[in-house]
Amino acid sequence: MSRPDYQLFTRETRSIVFNLQTNAIQRMLDFDHVCRREKPSVAAIVNPSAKQGGYHKVFWGTKEILIPIYPTTEKASAKHPDADVLINFASFRSAYSTSMEALAISTIRTVVIIAEGVPERRARELASTAEKLGKNIIGPATVGGILAGGFKIGNTGGTIENIIESGLHRSGSVGFVSKSGGMSNEAYNIIYHNSDGLYEGIAIGGDSYPGSTLLEHLLRFEANPDVKMLVCLGEVGGTEEYRIVNALKEKKITKPLVCWVTGTIASKMTGEVQFGHAGAKAGASNETAEAKNKALTEAGAMVPDSFDDYGEKIRQVYEKLVGEGKIVKKPEPEIPPIPVDFKAVSNTVRKSTEFICTITDDTGDEPLYSGVPMSKVVEMNMPLGELIGLLWFKKKLPAFAAEYIEMVLRLTADHGPCVSGAHNAIVTARAGRDLMSAVASGILTIGPRFGGAVSGAAKAFSDALKRGLTPLEFVNEMKVKGVNIQGIGHRIKSATNPDIRVTLIKQFAKEKFSATPYLDYALEVEKITLTKRNNLILNVDGAIGVLFLDLMESCGDLFSEQEKSEIVEFEILNGLFMLGRTIGMIGHFFDQKRLRSALYRHPMNDVLYDLPDPADLGYDF
Amino acid sequence: MAVRGIREYDGKMLMSSLMGRFSNNTISVRGDFALIDPTTDMDSLPQSMPWLLTDKLVAKPDMLFGKRGKNNLLKLNATWEEAKAWIQEKMTVDTTLSGVTGKLTHFLVEPFIPHDKEYYIAMRSFRNEDTLYFSTEGGINVEENWDKVKEIHVPVMRDGNILDAGNFDVTRELPLEGSELSAVASFVNALYRFYADQGFSYLEINPFAIKDNVVIPLDLVAKIDDTAAFENLDSWGRSLEFPSGFGKTPTKEEAFIKELDSKTGASLKLTVLNPDGHIWPMIAGGGASVIYADTVADLGYMNELGMYGEYSGDPNEELTYQYACTVIDLMTRKSDVRGKALLIGGGIANFTDVAKTFTGIIRAIEKYQDALRTAKVKIFVRRGGPNYKVGLDKMRALGGKLGIPIEVYGPETHMTRIVPMAIDYIKA
Repeated sequence: MSRPDYQLFTRETRSIVFNLQTNAIQRMLDFDHVCRREKPSVAAIVNPSAKQGGYHKVFWGTKEILIPIYPTTEKASAKHPDADVLINFASFRSAYSTSMEALAISTIRTVVIIAEGVPERRARELASTAEKLGKNIIGPATVGGILAGGFKIGNTGGTIENIIESGLHRSGSVGFVSKSGGMSNEAYNIIYHNSDGLYEGIAIGGDSYPGSTLLEHLLRFEANPDVKMLVCLGEVGGTEEYRIVNALKEKKITKPLVCWVTGTIASKMTGEVQFGHAGAKAGASNETAEAKNKALTEAGAMVPDSFDDYGEKIRQVYEKLVGEGKIVKKPEPEIPPIPVDFKAVSNTVRKSTEFICTITDDTGDEPLYSGVPMSKVVEMNMPLGELIGLLWFKKKLPAFAAEYIEMVLRLTADHGPCVSGAHNAIVTARAGRDLMSAVASGILTIGPRFGGAVSGAAKAFSDALKRGLTPLEFVNEMKVKGVNIQGIGHRIKSATNPDIRVTLIKQFAKEKFSATPYLDYALEVEKITLTKRNNLILNVDGAIGVLFLDLMESCGDLFSEQEKSEIVEFEILNGLFMLGRTIGMIGHFFDQKRLRSALYRHPMNDVLYDLPDPADLGYDF
Repeated sequence: MAVRGIREYDGKMLMSSLMGRFSNNTISVRGDFALIDPTTDMDSLPQSMPWLLTDKLVAKPDMLFGKRGKNNLLKLNATWEEAKAWIQEKMTVDTTLSGVTGKLTHFLVEPFIPHDKEYYIAMRSFRNEDTLYFSTEGGINVEENWDKVKEIHVPVMRDGNILDAGNFDVTRELPLEGSELSAVASFVNALYRFYADQGFSYLEINPFAIKDNVVIPLDLVAKIDDTAAFENLDSWGRSLEFPSGFGKTPTKEEAFIKELDSKTGASLKLTVLNPDGHIWPMIAGGGASVIYADTVADLGYMNELGMYGEYSGDPNEELTYQYACTVIDLMTRKSDVRGKALLIGGGIANFTDVAKTFTGIIRAIEKYQDALRTAKVKIFVRRGGPNYKVGLDKMRALGGKLGIPIEVYGPETHMTRIVPMAIDYIKA
């Protein structure tokens, strides 16, 4: 679609945004929504660190849409040839190279450079290159510009409230250009309150060598029949305003121009003060604000006495144009309802949550474990067992209880390569899989037959004791049901070959717990089962389980009855074994990796093959 | 971030260390220069610079001002002892230059080299070109003989391509002949490459002499675009300094803000104009800050303006706090019968979060509340932009809480309207 040279932007203009500037992009789309644009003004995003591309999710009114992300401007342009504006948010370091790259792309017509601090020599090269190619640069060191009611560059115009308060969502008759981005926004507000509002506003940036000049934009406005009057804000330093003076004298600018050059204070100061903009420094007497304001007045521009009268001058010119019938006020468009961000109103609206969390809060400066700041946990060198108490039970466990948990973790950390957990982890590691897969495959074997009998044993013994069964009644009941008692029995260990782990924790509990009724009960049960077979001992799972019941009893009323039964019910005790054994399984994984172990294949001679005869199954080959 | 003057010493040292690189080692520049400041141990200096004791010397102040000969601030053909005594004396007495009085702090000492012919070379950057100015009649009278200066134009683009300084050759432009031409042309070519590569925007050597392909820059003035720092870290290093002009030694507070400014992507600026002033503008935005200062001056109260400054580019809360503390501390150090006005002004921000920056300013006001009361400070606020309503409400609430008078306005009020209000207050 070809456009006249004076028209950089229309309601159809689409852009590519360089760097993922989420706020600026959302503000552009909010503006589009308020202006009732058909298509979003951002066609694509360039994110050099997203080598594979991707999508960025944004609001389009109340809906959400996806904007594609590309790693280079070239790729984005190839896919979106309709986007002829690049809004370059690259840093001052890379603004030059990325802008040069964009200027070389045939479909890009305008490059906006936001970065402040682009070296002057590079800025000159950019400006000259754009001029040679017949392209436009806005910036560096700018917020951009805006076609009222049509297209907004990046953060120009601020929030959507300000857009509407300054009438930027609909088109007026005033063309505005200044160096300063902040002051351009202020000027849009002044213009709206003293005329029918802005047609288009451009901030060329405060550097010494902006890519496009005040005059270039004024000449575009002069050529654009929709712009009826020009407003300009100049600045002390440089001689750019004299080019405007000449254009006025040569009748290249014929539309009424209101202009004010700021920095009148500079010549009243002794010594040299660098103002906020790099270019704002008068090197010669003709670069002062006074000299420039005088020359502009003499050339026929409307120059106020001070910035205070700026709006008044605009009003005078506007009303004259209305009186002459040159400006006919346009009807005000209807503003669509503006969606409100949840974040902005989160103090006044309520919405029920989908998730509840009662153990850790990470919404503040640091995570809280059941309310205890992480820094305190570290500061007091909190024992791991106590930490587990905070996160599993939301309780401050007494020292002996924390110590018991740590002891269990030590005792269960590993039990060699042959048990099913480690075995699976090893086989998985040798199949070339990753750490997570290997450990997960090991953990998945934990259950009633391996390691996971802790909860089951605790449940069975506490149930029996509560129902008042004697150990013998309990054993008989289980026999009748045909169920093995969890926590009793071991493949290898026996009464004559006791499990050292069980010995150790029994000893610990006898010393540190106030009483051990569950252990005592279990040992009575063991006496009975041992009469049946020598290996039907209280095994390590069983001991851990029943002793945890004793631990809770020894904590006084720290655990309520309901909490005690929930801890047994919800398999929390199996978590102790799982946590401990994970240490060993990670070890086995690393061990196999270090050894560069090859794929494991079980020897065939270790398998009994016993297949049915197909004929028996009814096949007749 | 702008074009700034550098010391003659730094300019000459840069030239000396880089000229070989830019001339394929055909040209060298003498590197025997010493910079002396009040911290220099002049007695031990000759140990590292033995030429100080063997050569006849030149000593002159190195503080960004020119016309040192005409101001009688040039010590020529001196021994080290003579130069030392002269410098020590100049460091202790007040010197007045163009109406500004202050102490001289930095001096350049170099060998005094008798020479025959004095050349003039200057380079200046413009939007579309760099202009070189060359004359065979350099020296203090070059301005009187300006019609003899040859201008050479080096465009940014030539034949549709960006001109590489390495391909620029000045030989055919110079009004010289024979071996003199080839020696001077080699130097000027190398100097231009140096100029273009090292971020200069102005460089004047008046005069320079040349002897057996060794260049002696006798007097040098240079301005550098400090935004080119990231391209020249290896050559500028951390030592290249951008001093303030003579008599403009930054105050402790100015130096502190400069330091903060250099560490952030945001912008913070402070120049103290009159410590006894009654109007202190703390303004957001490079453009708006100038307009506030203009308005104070336009209304006839330039002499009451305490400072020029600005903060912009969405500084974080801590930076704004530090900035506000510095300003409030400065304005409340002295108090008299009249009240003072603190202007917390700005236009309508595009993206700076007004509430957030105000949080930093509010913390500073709370910290200095007693000082503000003692100095009878009234605060005038005018601001717009993202989250401005929250910011303005916080300011209003602060006034009530601290009992410090605060008037608060938003975008509905003309930006500089608070200036005449402040003037009325300090007049009363």
